Amino acid sequence: MAERERRLTPPRGGVFVPRVQVLAPEDVQRALTRIAHEIVERNRGLEDAVVIGLQTGGVPLAFRLAQILEEMEATAVPVGMLDVAFYRDDIGIRPVLAEAITAIPCDLAGQLVILVDDVLFTGRTVRAALNALADYGRARAVQLAVMVDRGHRELPVRPDYVGKNMPTRLDEQVDVSLDGVVLGDVVAR
Amino acid sequence: MTPPSPPPASPTGSDDLKPPPAWHAGRHLLSVTDLGAEGIEEVLRVSDAFVEVASRPIPKVPALRGRTVVTLFAEESTRTRLSFETAAKRLSADVLSFSLASSSVKKGESLRDTVETVAAMGVDAFVVRHSSAGAAAQVARWVDAAVINAGDGWHEHPTQALLDCYTIRQVLAERAGRAVSDVGVKDFVGLRVAIVGDIAHSRVARSGVLALSALGAEVTLVAPGSLVPPSLEGWPVTGVSHDLDAVLPHVDVCYLLRLQTERGAGSFLPSIREYTADYGLTARRAGLLAEGALVMHPGPMNRGVEIADEVADLPRSLVLRQVANGVAVRMAVLFLLLGQVVGGDAAGVVADLGHGPAGDG
Repeated sequence: MAERERRLTPPRGGVFVPRVQVLAPEDVQRALTRIAHEIVERNRGLEDAVVIGLQTGGVPLAFRLAQILEEMEATAVPVGMLDVAFYRDDIGIRPVLAEAITAIPCDLAGQLVILVDDVLFTGRTVRAALNALADYGRARAVQLAVMVDRGHRELPVRPDYVGKNMPTRLDEQVDVSLDGVVLGDVVAR
Repeated sequence: MTPPSPPPASPTGSDDLKPPPAWHAGRHLLSVTDLGAEGIEEVLRVSDAFVEVASRPIPKVPALRGRTVVTLFAEESTRTRLSFETAAKRLSADVLSFSLASSSVKKGESLRDTVETVAAMGVDAFVVRHSSAGAAAQVARWVDAAVINAGDGWHEHPTQALLDCYTIRQVLAERAGRAVSDVGVKDFVGLRVAIVGDIAHSRVARSGVLALSALGAEVTLVAPGSLVPPSLEGWPVTGVSHDLDAVLPHVDVCYLLRLQTERGAGSFLPSIREYTADYGLTARRAGLLAEGALVMHPGPMNRGVEIADEVADLPRSLVLRQVANGVAVRMAVLFLLLGQVVGGDAAGVVADLGHGPAGDG
């Protein structure tokens, strides 16, 4: 999760203390490349595909993934971003961030939506995202790609593409970016 | 996998990462002074998200599902009431529309008893309009629900000021070719605004002056002497003028107020026609405005009195855009006041998540 989002989330002002780097930047790139191949293989191409990153952690991954897909298949892949703040079942815990813009590039009716997020944890963000997507039209299919699946699901949500399966403790924190994946803890200041 | 090499520790204490001011922790929006510049900026920022919601095929989000909002209006209103009700409905809240004129108040029930009766039905927010200054603040003392002042007498109309600031900010962004979200409080610094007309009887003027000056704009009041409040002590204005022609070429925004004849404004003037001759924005006067200056009016417009027909319909007139933004801004205010964790305090849910802020999903 983006540092700013975490700082504004209660208990406010918690600081992420990194403990171990699990994936290096190159590993993240390789995982994205593999996921891109899996997407093309599973869907036999990229017809009607739209890549949508979840704010805030999923957005840079979504843009990179779309770029890889475009290079691979030599076709344009629209990229969007989605902020699910208004669809959450835990509204009020997370801040509404100015930079968390929702921008869906096209009508989603009949499209193949590849939803991208950094970490899959309880499944609640994905639940909210599915509700939000429904307001933009009836997608032909929605597939979920995440860089890290850390377990501890509270809803029946399963990813279609996973960068790394990473069992964690509940109180650990996973930080994902294009610069790598880091496991650590949040410590109150 | 690379050997463990922890990245640099997170930055601490940077201004940009400060927690937002929690004006909404007070649970009410009674006056612009509740907000301060930071609170105003927060509302404008959250409004951006709701402007985007309005552009969707289904312009509705489930954020306030299960919450009940009552609009309690003791005065006539078209846009404010409909705007609040639309805002609440687009947030999926339930809306009770309540007009004192058709209620038991007519049978002699006091406002307090009426309000407490409605509150007992389980209401999360009251949107209050009343002809007496301080009515909303009084209601806030009686009930546990959030209270939003939608206009109290000559006192304040905070959401109007917020939507006006939002509209100005939107236009500033378009001019500069920037995203609205990039335009912040600092862009209001030095903005020259003339508020013209019936200042004395206008709650819009008071809230507007407070909000715009808090953001750093320079506000000039333009009105006949009889329509300026007897004392301007505590009004953060740059100046007062009685000569509209002299002021118009030097402003970025010309904000016209409605002549409030129902509050007796007419008796402060020799005649309405004389007012129009001296202070109405006629086509000739609109020609005095600097290029790109904006014309705003909170509505309802008295066409032919404070604003001429042909001026009201000019492209630079933002009247309808103000109304459109009103819904998004009121959604933001409702969301910030009511968008707390359902069924318990934040700490409880944080505990449930194992490690609440854990960011993922």
